[in-house]
Amino acid sequence: MVAAEGARLVMDRRAAVAKLLDARNDALVVSGLGSPSYDVYAHGDNDANYYLWGAMGGAALTGLGLAQAQPDKRVMVITGDGEMLMAFGSLPTIAVAAPLNLDIIVLDNHHYGETGMQKSHTGMGIDFSKIAMATGFADSGVLYNLCEVDTLCETLNSVSAGPRLYVLKVEAKNLQRALPPRDAVFIKNRFRSHLGFQPG
Amino acid sequence: MNLSGSSKKPSEHWSQDLYTVLRNADIRHMSYVPDAGHTALIRLLSDDSEVITNVLTTEEEGVAIATGAWLGGVRSVLLTQSSGVGNCVNMLSLVVQSRTPLLMLVTMRGEWNEFNPWQVPMGQATQTVLEAIGVIVYRADTAEDLLDIADQAATMAFDSDGQVAVLISQRLLGKKKW
Repeated sequence: MVAAEGARLVMDRRAAVAKLLDARNDALVVSGLGSPSYDVYAHGDNDANYYLWGAMGGAALTGLGLAQAQPDKRVMVITGDGEMLMAFGSLPTIAVAAPLNLDIIVLDNHHYGETGMQKSHTGMGIDFSKIAMATGFADSGVLYNLCEVDTLCETLNSVSAGPRLYVLKVEAKNLQRALPPRDAVFIKNRFRSHLGFQPG
Repeated sequence: MNLSGSSKKPSEHWSQDLYTVLRNADIRHMSYVPDAGHTALIRLLSDDSEVITNVLTTEEEGVAIATGAWLGGVRSVLLTQSSGVGNCVNMLSLVVQSRTPLLMLVTMRGEWNEFNPWQVPMGQATQTVLEAIGVIVYRADTAEDLLDIADQAATMAFDSDGQVAVLISQRLLGKKKW
């Protein structure tokens, strides 16, 4: 089963993220450390992006707080399988909080790409989609190709009954890094200014 | 034991005032892992329809949630026990590095009249751990101090971009009843 799953990891993560961002409309985006932050930045910098460079396990929950503070905006978290594994407890927390405007995208390459491509749990049978549904997410799914991502983009722009989580099975390959700004204060102030708040 | 002469637990007297302090500071968001010392405050904030509350599986979640809330323009408070501070350490780098306001109210264990030795290591390490990662720490030993300290701690956090913890001493909280 594991080998068969591995053979299906063919999706280009940058192309998938580009589709999600092309269809973001005015969504606020939080990206998890490592490759997901590079993928989001590679598509083009945006004041409504909040890039994480650390705080592993914090992406989905930063998204939750943001979604609760901005209920009229859609919030999209784009993170990796390793980052999400460290936030395992966030799934029940988010499910119980039940925001209507929070979507979590897990770019799942079954590996810790930033640290030498060690295998992660998701390649050994742990299925975030099933876990999300078991905790009470409104919708979830596993996607293997870019055609399915096109359909997902339509879903993401439709009204949701609660938080949603989608696993995008992507090729396990380290791409050319595209490094977003590392100054966390700058990113914070720029993001808040985008929403009309004073820096600080 | 009932020092106050009323039927209320000691914490219920200051919790109402602490709730008022937090609401006057425009806090509209709260996350918590339950602790006996926070019981009344959790109930007051949860019953307030203008306050969003989150129950957490581990305290570090609250640090990230508070970051998101601030990005979205809302002031959050994190309620935790001293043992939960140990769960937060790396996630605190998020607020320290981004100078994002954070207000934590920490009920202390393992420091005064403690009957459970397992609470002692983290209780004794709480202040050191917070200061090591760059959080400003205040201690409240009386209910009167607690209200003053919480009020100014909110200013330090939300007006001065501070990462602030208020330790509510175990002496103030009283011995846990079994």
